[in-house]
Amino acid sequence: MPDQLLYAIEAGLNGLMAGVLYALVALGFVLIFKASGIFNYAQGVLALFAALTLVGFQNGQIPFAHLINAIFGTDLHTFGWQLPAIVAIVLAAGVMVILSIIIERYVLKHLVNQAPIILFMATIGLAYFLEGLGDIMWGADIKKLDVGLPQGINETIDTVTYNAFGYGFFIDNLDIVASVVAALLVISLTIFSQYSKQGRALRAVADDHQAALSVGISLRFIWVLVWSIAGFVALVAGIMWGSKSGVQFSLSLIALKALPVLMLGGFTSIPGAIVGGLIIGMGEKLFEFFVGPMIGGATENWFAYVLALLFLVFRPQGLFGEKIIERV
Amino acid sequence: MFYREAGDFKTSYADDSQTFPIRFDRLRYYAVMAVAFGVIPFFINDYWANAVFVPFLIYAIAALGLNILTGYCGQVSLGTGGFMAVGAYAVYKLMTAFPDVSILIHVLLAGGITAMVGVLFGLPSLRIKGFYLAVATLAAQFFLVWLFNKVPWFYNYSASGQISAPERTILGQAVTGANTTAPAKYLFCLIILVALAWLARNLTRGTVGRKWMAIRDMDIAAEIIGVNPLTTKLSAFAISSFYIGVAGALFFAVYLGAAEVGEAFGIQKSFLILFMIIIGGLGSIFGSFAGAAFMVLMPVLLKNLLVGQLGWATDLAAHLELMIVGALIVIFLIAEPHGMAQLWRLAKEKLRLWPFPH
Repeated sequence: MPDQLLYAIEAGLNGLMAGVLYALVALGFVLIFKASGIFNYAQGVLALFAALTLVGFQNGQIPFAHLINAIFGTDLHTFGWQLPAIVAIVLAAGVMVILSIIIERYVLKHLVNQAPIILFMATIGLAYFLEGLGDIMWGADIKKLDVGLPQGINETIDTVTYNAFGYGFFIDNLDIVASVVAALLVISLTIFSQYSKQGRALRAVADDHQAALSVGISLRFIWVLVWSIAGFVALVAGIMWGSKSGVQFSLSLIALKALPVLMLGGFTSIPGAIVGGLIIGMGEKLFEFFVGPMIGGATENWFAYVLALLFLVFRPQGLFGEKIIERV
Repeated sequence: MFYREAGDFKTSYADDSQTFPIRFDRLRYYAVMAVAFGVIPFFINDYWANAVFVPFLIYAIAALGLNILTGYCGQVSLGTGGFMAVGAYAVYKLMTAFPDVSILIHVLLAGGITAMVGVLFGLPSLRIKGFYLAVATLAAQFFLVWLFNKVPWFYNYSASGQISAPERTILGQAVTGANTTAPAKYLFCLIILVALAWLARNLTRGTVGRKWMAIRDMDIAAEIIGVNPLTTKLSAFAISSFYIGVAGALFFAVYLGAAEVGEAFGIQKSFLILFMIIIGGLGSIFGSFAGAAFMVLMPVLLKNLLVGQLGWATDLAAHLELMIVGALIVIFLIAEPHGMAQLWRLAKEKLRLWPFPH
């Protein structure tokens, strides 16, 4: 096979893997949007916050150390212990649940029945707040996240493809793990929403708030539940991205990448989030590979948005979204 | 006490349609104008101009522009930073290509170019709505910033990739470049702001503005009663982008002097302007001013308080500022979705009866 084609296939495969990570963030968006009609801009910052909290617990950092030091003139930094990864993950998940209770109680409850766009802007405010909070709690320096996931080039694929084509593909182990985790997450979420009592209640709320209320489903509990799940998904996404490129502010920018993924896949569809993620991930890598060199490179910054924009003009509800019907 | 309307009879249509129907309001408006033009220029120094007044004036123009699009026409845009960049690069190209033409004309032309780009990116608004559109405008933001970064023609092939404003004068006074005095900067921005605010006020209460508001309140119903969504939405995009382009041009040429596109006109700028109009008041001219003033003053005050007085680290203050801004957005959306402009309106209602409320 010609080298050019092999490189393209490699770029495409790597794009697919990146797409899985986009899809992980997009999944959190879809969950919240389906259950409450809220377009949660803060999802990416939730991922950042979760990853920061995880690293903080792992390294035994004292929360708000900088603030305390600044106010009282002390010199606190760490408790001086290292927690095992699994304990830290459980603790971080616990923090995300508490966070979702707080968000429901102090933000969402007061914004019931507002226009969707108001809720959207409120989540932008929330994103800013959480970003500041995360930095103040754990410090803004770039942190290394290591929960024991395998990293580096996958030797097997490298050898197999080298023997087959004379060129070894570079596929990161971490990306493979991320794909498996994403698949597991989607399957378990689907089972949860199809077969469990709470999952059915969640779908009922997504369908019709009023009707769900009238059969005795607690809207507030469902919201806490769905934000907790979204927080957990954010934690998973945060772990994956954090292991890949360190825990830093740019992590929250992947949330922005998840938006075109959603527009492509449709805001209300979980499979849509996955497929959209794969299309965007592969599309931007291939575009960068074929067209990028001609127009100066770094096209990954905008390709996804422009693709989604063009796509929306022809199919406003996305690939798998419900048809948007408007009445006067 | 202050707002006495008794005895204030209107005898002509002109009286009835004036912008400030209450005498006290009118006088206050004249007083503000007199202070802005007659007092501040004599006392302004470089610190006040660069930290407070010039950014306030420029952001107020941008906020007016975004308010026209988002507050009056209901189309949320997250591409403000990108459109400001268009204005900045347009004025830069014009200034360097035609050094003899007045800077004022360049700034207005830059606004016009931005308006055309705005219409281009506004075209999808005919098909997509709400936050779908908001996300679509992100395409404008990222694409434009990338474009100005990657195409050397836009920054005249300069080695650093930056653009820097050459010195240009109006009536012999430098308004751009290193030799600009504080009053010159201030007055130049102030005159443009006042003209544009006057225009915005009169546009929004005329036919165009009413059409925008009809589209905002319910676009399908508006279409049925005969408002053309194509021309209405695109005119909102065009005029809004004109304002934002002028703001971008001034931001680069007068305020910054030299700019790097990703840093000066990134996505953060889009959010900053959006926050200004949310906190100030969506669909209100006064709100654009109030929001701009608030978002310019708050970081300055916080920095003075935390870093200057308490001696905290700068990054800690910056993070705290993020938290405060975020919390304020949420609080305003919950408690007063119409922003500071509504608080002002309520205060005026109270003043009407004060001090005898019954």
